[in-house]
Amino acid sequence: MSEPVLMKGNEAIAEAAIRAGCRFFFGYPITPQNEIPEYMSKRLPEVGGVFLQAESEVSSINMVYGAAGAGGRVLISSSSPGISLMQEGISYLAGSELPCVIVNMSRGGPGLGGIQPSQADYFQATKGGGHGDYRLIVYGPATIQEACNLMMKAFDVADKYRNPVMVLGDGMIGQMMEPVVFPDTSEVRLPEKPWATTGNEGRKSNLISSIILDPEELDAHNWRLQEKYNRIRENEVMYEVAHGDDSEWFLVAYGTVARICRKVMEQARKNGVKVGLIRPITLWPFPDKAFKDVVHKAKGFLCVEMSTGQMVEDVRLAVNGKAPVYFYGRTGGAVPNPKSVEKRLYEMISGKTPVVSDYWEKRGGGAAE
Amino acid sequence: MKPIYQRPKSLKQVVTHYCPGCTHGIAHRLLAEVIDELGIQGKTIGVASVGCSVFAYNYIDVDFQQAAHGRAPAVATGIKRVLPDRIVFTYQGDGDLASIGAAEIVHAAARGENITVIFINNAIYGMTGGQMAPTSLLGQKTTTSPAGRDARAQGYPLRVSELIATIEGARYVARFSLHNPQNIQRAKQGIKKAFSNQIEGKGFSMVELLSTCSTNWGLSPQNALKWLEENMLPVYPLGEFKGKEGE
Repeated sequence: MSEPVLMKGNEAIAEAAIRAGCRFFFGYPITPQNEIPEYMSKRLPEVGGVFLQAESEVSSINMVYGAAGAGGRVLISSSSPGISLMQEGISYLAGSELPCVIVNMSRGGPGLGGIQPSQADYFQATKGGGHGDYRLIVYGPATIQEACNLMMKAFDVADKYRNPVMVLGDGMIGQMMEPVVFPDTSEVRLPEKPWATTGNEGRKSNLISSIILDPEELDAHNWRLQEKYNRIRENEVMYEVAHGDDSEWFLVAYGTVARICRKVMEQARKNGVKVGLIRPITLWPFPDKAFKDVVHKAKGFLCVEMSTGQMVEDVRLAVNGKAPVYFYGRTGGAVPNPKSVEKRLYEMISGKTPVVSDYWEKRGGGAAE
Repeated sequence: MKPIYQRPKSLKQVVTHYCPGCTHGIAHRLLAEVIDELGIQGKTIGVASVGCSVFAYNYIDVDFQQAAHGRAPAVATGIKRVLPDRIVFTYQGDGDLASIGAAEIVHAAARGENITVIFINNAIYGMTGGQMAPTSLLGQKTTTSPAGRDARAQGYPLRVSELIATIEGARYVARFSLHNPQNIQRAKQGIKKAFSNQIEGKGFSMVELLSTCSTNWGLSPQNALKWLEENMLPVYPLGEFKGKEGE
């Protein structure tokens, strides 16, 4: 263990990647993640790695495809509009089963949107994003320390399943400073990749491809991918439940918003209200179990997001009608403040706010105040 | 007895999916001959593009990656940056390289990326069924320019080699044609130079090969070769635009 150092989120994430053995970075400038490529452009040459600023996000994700296929440990980072441009390449990476880590320091959309923190890319990150039936493993860190720990884990998980992994942060995680301790990584050993295209000397030719024109074969390929995704569902789910034992009401949030909700929870408990917090750490696979464990005694779940309501759909699927689900959201770079969340929490408890199923018609859940 | 003509070791002994008369077969063979002659089969990685040559890996026996449409130079860049001592080439058609992949080829050249690009120009989209390409000739009838390409509505043919030759990072840029044996032999020397440059670390090399598409041109294989000679050569002059001997 090293001493704690005070670092900006983006730089800490970049350093964590290097310590995890990442030696290749491809990217394109976009706010609010520029500190990642800037840090990498200085640090990677120091450790014998390669930093390359591509001509576009489209090009950079395809450089990642080539580098990952050649056996490299590769990182790419961007923010919402840039991640949209990468979706084709991400679909190819998933279809060809190539490991890489993608960081999205997401910002407000749609379109060019803004440059302030947002969680409006949840659907894109967790439901596929590009074309075809595929999944990314998606982590939603709530602190810079957690972002570093997850970065290191992300590379191993990507290699283990030969699948792209996304670390979904937001402008807040990227831009703020916190003390961080880097785990000892002197023992990091990269796995053998006998499938990589490194030249066919002494073996049969290797092929990295996602084109399968025969419907039967493509069907089989898709179901094999699903088997892999099911293994990921079984083994990789991560979440935190605070005060699950005695709570009747639950706040549900990830990333930056989970920090705000934790504060609201602590205050409410001081006032004698039995409130807990469910914080998904893997956004895909979604931690259904966290909800199953408490739903029998839960009176309601309030999902809080920096979006108009995306993760709340997964919350509703996990709760499966067994308890009411409520929503509160701010968008476009506006961050929910503790007071507003608290107000919504007490409205839920006192029955004064509509459940999500009514929310969409009444538009009552998330308006700015 | 010494054989004077045989299948190159790097060319798989399989039937191709190419149409009768298509010059992809010739280009593949030249590529395989060069790979054999330079002794680089075991350390070469190809990048197949989207188009008729998407299955190039079924015919050329080296490691391959299949790239998204237009992105072969970016994929090749990724491979080369991880494995700088390997030989990396892309094999792209004119839809892939000159249209959707225009940015990628320009910037790979601008970076002086030490890769080899084989650019097949047959003035049409082959695999999708004969649509107009950026390289289609003025007046050329295609399924999306049924009245013939009209400059006022559809612009002018793009001369990619001349364009890339203006880029400082490009080391060798040349255009050859596959319409007769004499030109095929010249093309082979150009391909060999483009690979030798990479072996010697000289940087970005691109060889454009004027090719036929009898099926989508609606011509017999013989007439397609004649059409190429009569119509394409005046628009796409042959020659080494950059990196001639002594340059």
